[in-house]
Amino acid sequence: MPSTRDIRRRIKSVKNTSQITKAMEKVAQAKMAKAQQSAISGRSYADLMNRVLGEVVTHAGDFDHPYMESQGSEKRALILVTTDKGLCGALNTNLLRKVSDEFVAPDTQIISAGRKGAQHATRAGWDLTAEFSFGDPPSISEARAITKVAVELFESGAVGHVDIAFTNFINTITQKPEVQTLLPITEIKGVSAGVEGEETSEDLSGGTTEFLFEPSPAAVLGELLPHYLNFQVLQILLENRASEHSARMVAMKNATDNANQLIKDLTLEYNKLRQAAITNELLEITTAQMALGN
Amino acid sequence: MADTLKLEIVTPEAVIYSEDVDMVTLPGSEGEAGVYPNHVPLMTKVQAGELIAKKDGAEEILAIGEGFAEITGDHVAILTDNAIGSDAIDEAVVEEARAKAQKRLDEGGDISEDEAKALTQAILYSQAQLKVKRHRR
Repeated sequence: MPSTRDIRRRIKSVKNTSQITKAMEKVAQAKMAKAQQSAISGRSYADLMNRVLGEVVTHAGDFDHPYMESQGSEKRALILVTTDKGLCGALNTNLLRKVSDEFVAPDTQIISAGRKGAQHATRAGWDLTAEFSFGDPPSISEARAITKVAVELFESGAVGHVDIAFTNFINTITQKPEVQTLLPITEIKGVSAGVEGEETSEDLSGGTTEFLFEPSPAAVLGELLPHYLNFQVLQILLENRASEHSARMVAMKNATDNANQLIKDLTLEYNKLRQAAITNELLEITTAQMALGN
Repeated sequence: MADTLKLEIVTPEAVIYSEDVDMVTLPGSEGEAGVYPNHVPLMTKVQAGELIAKKDGAEEILAIGEGFAEITGDHVAILTDNAIGSDAIDEAVVEEARAKAQKRLDEGGDISEDEAKALTQAILYSQAQLKVKRHRR
């Protein structure tokens, strides 16, 4: 039977925990808004890129680019986008489970972005080729570095296929682990900015104005593709960041609720004990009085 | 008919510049290109270099990295990874970045063709920034 002091101590400690989780919830909320904001700030870039892509794709005709054709190697590479920190619910677990069930063969080369993925890869004995971290919010130069490694593997023929695994931000309460093919590019689609929703690409339209191309449509398209990949990867990093923060927000909200429930239960128990002690004391006093007097 | 051009410079992270100007000189793939309003619609590569925007007689100079330009009769849109106005350039930082890239390039050794290309681009961009900054004085 715990004493009232023990219970008081527990209540205090649970209260502290709930304050921390509450603060973390608020922080995650603010960061999620920031990640969404920076995804949206790429919108004019995406619009312009879609316009240029739309034009060149309609004019380039039969187009060949090293990015569009696999070198024939059966080996695959996987860019694994995870978070750096934990306390975000089952976000990484869900992604890693999906990935290890369906996408990782013993010879798959893993390029990890985010510490959790790298840790898991090492533990599971996967072939970890490169490890990156990315900021919050991620920057284009970080996206470029990640893309570069993948492109080098692909162009050298070491791998014939590059996938990217990340958690798609659908809305604040739903995040979906997803795997997309990055290379070879089979179909050139428009890029989209903004993290909300299931779609991560847009339809292209073009051909309303007759443009001149300098040097040629094919050359422009060829030069555009690396930027296209970089931007895609950047948007995926942003999606993942937004997912991370919203998952953390929900996890921390649950933790706060649990803590508050616990405080309520403990307070009830504390009051019961206190009352029992008072009753006992009263009893003792009356018995003592009865024994002494009359 | 339009008598001004809307110049927009966008990077993946932000819109760096968006204003109506009278004329734009940009570093095209086939050499410097001056663009006036009512230009023929043109898609072109741009190289790292300085971009000059003329507006009401005054010139504004920006450094841009390699990228693309979409030019129509009434607007010029530049798609690039890097762009910076001359006021925001910190000479010391740029000089250091340039020296670092140059050193890495000179060491040679195990750098791949792609990396060499990226380094060259970085050097060109740094040089463009320095040129823009010094131009102002």
